[in-house]
Amino acid sequence: MNPYGITLTLVVFYVFSELHRRKKAVYTNPVLLSIVAISLLLKLGGFSYGSYMESAVFLKFLLGPAVVSLAIPVYKNRGLIARYSREIAAGIIVGGTTAMLTAYWIAKLLGASGTVLRSIAPKSVTTAIAIGISTKIGGIPALTAVLVITTGLLGNAFAPELLNLFRVRDRIARGLATGVSSHGLGTARIIIEDELAGAVSGLGMALNGVFTALVLPYLIEVL
Amino acid sequence: MRPYRGLAVIFGFYALGEIVSSGLHLPVPGSVLGMLFLLFALLSGAVKLEWVENEAEFLVKNMSVLFIPPGVGIILYLGLIRAQLVPVSVALVLSFVITLFVTAKTVEVLRR
Repeated sequence: MNPYGITLTLVVFYVFSELHRRKKAVYTNPVLLSIVAISLLLKLGGFSYGSYMESAVFLKFLLGPAVVSLAIPVYKNRGLIARYSREIAAGIIVGGTTAMLTAYWIAKLLGASGTVLRSIAPKSVTTAIAIGISTKIGGIPALTAVLVITTGLLGNAFAPELLNLFRVRDRIARGLATGVSSHGLGTARIIIEDELAGAVSGLGMALNGVFTALVLPYLIEVL
Repeated sequence: MRPYRGLAVIFGFYALGEIVSSGLHLPVPGSVLGMLFLLFALLSGAVKLEWVENEAEFLVKNMSVLFIPPGVGIILYLGLIRAQLVPVSVALVLSFVITLFVTAKTVEVLRR
């Protein structure tokens, strides 16, 4: 087993994280830049994805335990969930369903293939869960990962401005809408502007991940 | 610091989730089931927060780097993306804006 894949991933991510720490902007997103840089390196150097994954698969494997660990922030915020349970439940059921159906139907209307539709349907939930769902419903996990990150970048760049445009002032509404539509990357932005909205956003992300994982595998069969 | 206790609990719940998911042929990922089982264990007091807190927060806070290897898998599908770039990008942008709007308005209506 060659050690280059995991080493390359850690080094490249470290470099881009430092860049992002110095220049906070959408285009310096370290995850996206790392994916692009490593992909280019493999392509130009003539290395196969398989040889890269020999050791990088170790990082991918840890996504499972990381998703299990999301139970901890949900547990710690259980007071907040209880207080706004009605709003949060309604927002996740309506918003989560809207995210799956609009992505699926718009892509279908514009002529996307079946595999792509199955890859795009879970794009609003956090990457680790989306990859799990994509694998289960016959999508392409790698494609889903990129679509999820792109969706998150939209939230990171535009969610607060769009919410202002829609004249949404309620902080619970702003937070939940951000978490449900653009998961962790959206949360990372709104939490800087408003901590309460950020906490609700993180919660919305976790609960929408569970909701989508429970519903989409059955929903996709009837679409 | 006994990180192996926290890791044993987290990996144990992950394994449990995978066993239930594949054993019962559920379409839900084992990791999501493991998360729900761990949440119930915390709520019922079967697992104490301090057993898993440090290790779980380390994993959650450093999750970003874990997305890179599956993301790089995109190089296997460049042709597919190039062929369907328009439906994919239009669906991503519109679905994001509609979801943001609908979710916010749903919560706002209930808060009044």
